[in-house]
Amino acid sequence: MAETANAPMAISDEVAIQIQSMNKWFGSFHVLRDIDLTVYRGERIVIAGPSGSGKSTLIRCINALEEHQKGSITVDGTLLSSDIKNIDTIRSEVGMVFQHFNLFPHLTILENCTLAPIWVRKTPKREAEETAMHFLEKVKIPEQANKYPGQLSGGQQQRVAIARSLCMKPRIMLFDEPTSALDPEMIKEVLDTMVSLAEDGMTMICVTHEMGFARQVAHRVIFMDAGQIVEQNEPEEFFNNPQNERTKLFLSQILGH
Amino acid sequence: MSDTHAHSVAFVRETMLPQQPPPVTEAGVVKWMRENLFKGWFNTLLTVVSLYFIFKIVTGAYPWFANGIWNTSSLAECRDMLDGMTGACFSVLTERWNQLLFGFTYPRDAYWRPTLAFVLLIVAIAPVLYPKAPRNLLYFTAVYPFLAYWLIWGGTLLIPLMVLVGLVAGYFAFKQFERQSFAMGMIAGLVSAVVVIWAGSIVPASMPNVMAIEAVQSRDIGGFMLNMILGTVCVSLSLPLGIMLALGRQSSMPIIKWICIIFIEFIRGVPLITLLFVANVVLAYFFPPGSNIDLVLRVIIMITMFSSAYIAEVIRGGLAALPRGQYEAANSLGLDYAQSMRLIILPQALKISIPGIVNVAVGLFKDTTLVSVISMFDLVGMIRGPILASTEWNGVYWELWGFAVFVFFIVCFSISKYSQWLERQLATDHR
Ligand SMILES: Nc1ncnc2c1ncn2[C@@H]1O[C@H](COP(=O)(O)OP(=O)(O)O)[C@@H](O)[C@H]1O
Ligand SMILES: [Mg+2]
Repeated sequence: MAETANAPMAISDEVAIQIQSMNKWFGSFHVLRDIDLTVYRGERIVIAGPSGSGKSTLIRCINALEEHQKGSITVDGTLLSSDIKNIDTIRSEVGMVFQHFNLFPHLTILENCTLAPIWVRKTPKREAEETAMHFLEKVKIPEQANKYPGQLSGGQQQRVAIARSLCMKPRIMLFDEPTSALDPEMIKEVLDTMVSLAEDGMTMICVTHEMGFARQVAHRVIFMDAGQIVEQNEPEEFFNNPQNERTKLFLSQILGH
Repeated sequence: MSDTHAHSVAFVRETMLPQQPPPVTEAGVVKWMRENLFKGWFNTLLTVVSLYFIFKIVTGAYPWFANGIWNTSSLAECRDMLDGMTGACFSVLTERWNQLLFGFTYPRDAYWRPTLAFVLLIVAIAPVLYPKAPRNLLYFTAVYPFLAYWLIWGGTLLIPLMVLVGLVAGYFAFKQFERQSFAMGMIAGLVSAVVVIWAGSIVPASMPNVMAIEAVQSRDIGGFMLNMILGTVCVSLSLPLGIMLALGRQSSMPIIKWICIIFIEFIRGVPLITLLFVANVVLAYFFPPGSNIDLVLRVIIMITMFSSAYIAEVIRGGLAALPRGQYEAANSLGLDYAQSMRLIILPQALKISIPGIVNVAVGLFKDTTLVSVISMFDLVGMIRGPILASTEWNGVYWELWGFAVFVFFIVCFSISKYSQWLERQLATDHR
């Protein structure tokens, strides 16, 4: 593919995610149409597009929160099928961060972070807590470890959510509009966390409208509309020289003011 | 903007205001009374009328309590002693105390056994009700039902021991097969428990006198003890059953889903009293001929089914109140179904459901008095039957029913106070 040839050094040739002519319907509504996408290890992709274009659905298909009906998705060499074992393997390799954080309100921050490693990975409690503290330090809130999610601000909660995913040592991270439920002054702290994750070479797919972030870290920007990939390119080209009419319209709307 | 006003419109704060305490307005009792009791003429009128009624009730009831007689052996004797004065004949309570608590055919020299079982019950439920109680007590909690059964019903200890062994075997089988899948684990656990209990049942049958204490028949169990037994057993069984029904109702497997829906809707559409009559006469047909399942067990099954259906609906409400994001977050971390239910969904759903569950539990406890209708002698059955019908105490309604009201109120009120305390303990959402 052309874009990988130009891509920065960090990307390897190893395929992390391969999606081939994937289709999905909600009832009779054709929400994703013939999606083809190859993501290489270390690659960072930003997905943009108008609301309702299927961005969330696409990344939720990757860790099987939604089921696709046609085509194939291969994650880390494992073909996604309806087999439960298969799905659990993929989910423990793929971290996901949600728009509304979805922290577990009845558990402390530390427990939020250690739960999955202890129960899914069977990590000893001590070790899981050390890992959790390591990642809480990375997202710069180790001092909140014993509080409950309800006591934290939105930005802090989202950083905890990122740390919680990282504790599973995922090879791929999915972000679904991680900053769009946040007050403006908190967006930066979350984006900074994501940038530092990018610097570590994490494979990332990120649905976001933060175009500054896209310019800074993305290897590739994908524009979706009406359930299809309409245009994809390197950030510079994508923003400075969009080709498709829908892309131009979208960019003029979000960058215009 | 005109020049003259410019400098008065613009404003720059130079010193920040320090925080100050809220204004101290008039406080104390007088203020409270004025605001709550005498605010407006209607409010004042209500207060005065209420005070009048409270006064009437207290002055009317006081002599009845104060002149109460505690040590006669019949109503006639008591009336003699009162000699026309208002006064209660509480002596029915002291004279029939044991009957009120244990029923009228429970062996007298074995009263200490249910009493001990009751004391141990408090020890056994402590770690369940109070998170701060020592965790090791949970082992005792696990053994308690078998111990309590042995204490109350007597006979050989081998019977409850065999059942315990069977359940432990079932647990290990479950653990073994759970790794393959949760359903496999459940089936393996159930099968091995049943097999071990069935095969092991020859042991107590062949040695009925090993570690045996005087055996008591179910029909000899009565009084408030019967209400307590039915209440605790049925509440503790119907909670897990209700959880399973609620989860089953949400299941993606149509057969399980429909079985749960039909069960719940059927049970909710039938009065408990009819189920108890069914337990009394019909249920025996469902058991193997000759097995002669005793009446208390049949009643336990019916009340448990009844309240589990209600608890299932309460918990379903709790499950529905959880945002979908909780399920998705649990799934996206790789937790499997059983783990996400146990660690994420149920703790939150149950917390939301506490008031509803307690409501059902309190209702269940009070409904245990319905067994008096199928000629079992629980507290109400004892009062209605043997005590009021006796020649000595024919006609002491107020004292006896007042006692029953008092006892049930104490228990139910404590349960509801406990649940409020628990809700505060579990409040971590800081809304
Ligand atoms: N569970 C669902 N059932 C039915 N329709 C859905 C469901 N989830 C999303 N949709 C629809 O699918 C379309 C794409 O949704 P989504 O992927 O969330 O869009 P985006 O994230 O790009 O805003 C929308 O029209 C939405 O209404
Ligand atoms: Mg979305």
